[in-house]
Amino acid sequence: MPRYYLTIEHHPHNGTLLGFWLYLMSDCLVFACLFAVYAVLGRHFAGGPTGAELFDLPLVAVNTSLLLLSSITYGFAMLSMGGNRLRETLLWLAVTGLLGAGFIGLELHEFGHLIADGAGPRRSAFLSSFFTLVGTHGLHVTFGIVWLITLMTQLSRHGLTPANRRRVMCLSMFWHFLDVVWIGVFTVVYLLGALP
Amino acid sequence: MSAEGELHGHDSTIEHAGSLKDYVTGFLLAVLLTAVPFWLVMGRVFDHSGLTAAIIIGLAVVQIVVHMVYFLHMNTRAEGGWSLLALLFTTMLVVIALSGSLWVMYHLDHNMSPQGMPDAMQGPMP
Repeated sequence: MPRYYLTIEHHPHNGTLLGFWLYLMSDCLVFACLFAVYAVLGRHFAGGPTGAELFDLPLVAVNTSLLLLSSITYGFAMLSMGGNRLRETLLWLAVTGLLGAGFIGLELHEFGHLIADGAGPRRSAFLSSFFTLVGTHGLHVTFGIVWLITLMTQLSRHGLTPANRRRVMCLSMFWHFLDVVWIGVFTVVYLLGALP
Repeated sequence: MSAEGELHGHDSTIEHAGSLKDYVTGFLLAVLLTAVPFWLVMGRVFDHSGLTAAIIIGLAVVQIVVHMVYFLHMNTRAEGGWSLLALLFTTMLVVIALSGSLWVMYHLDHNMSPQGMPDAMQGPMP
């Protein structure tokens, strides 16, 4: 009976957030496949450099901190939006974007170093799977930043409209999801790879 | 809490915005759960790599749950339980894909190269 639903959901329900969550779950499967490939090939060095020789853990620690900080600054943006404070929302979104850009900058610096040292994706199965997994995550963050900038333009033009609020919530899920994937990356790729 | 009172308005922020306390708690737990594994590996705290590996994988799983609860506000009520159901189904697929790949490929490696070396392609196959 419709009455049953009305007592649970007292507003016209919009399926976008659930739909976006389902998209994230399918993205999760993409990453699971890439993790599986890395797990299988991660020790096939083909006589080339190993993870323990290549990885710069202090740099990874800085990168991880940037992404973690960007998660809480996005949380602050959500709280500002909940309180209908547009300027504050935009400010926290901008801080989030800068932290994300810092993350991408450091990652490109790391990739550049590896390729310059002859440890590019063509060197071994380990490096192919490393660049594919970490690169796919980096690409997601890059598109997250593009989305963030687009959304900030929308917000400053149209304000906190229901449509814009929904978009901010979707990007919030996307951003936190990427941080969750990064937990897997820094644990499985960098920390386990650096163990003797 | 007045902030929470505002969030319970008639818009869809109900399910997807946490409180300041949630975000700060989640952040502090995440910092701890990130710092400890980096310390264990960089400080070479244990001599035994297997022990370190088991601990950091355990901490990563805990940290993923912390992010899900405090940052993604996952609970049994969000979207009438469908988000959680989708998450559990995805987790099951991920576990099957990961453990299955490792299991199959380990045996393939084992059977294809007697020395256990992936690049030992010379010599007749058994």
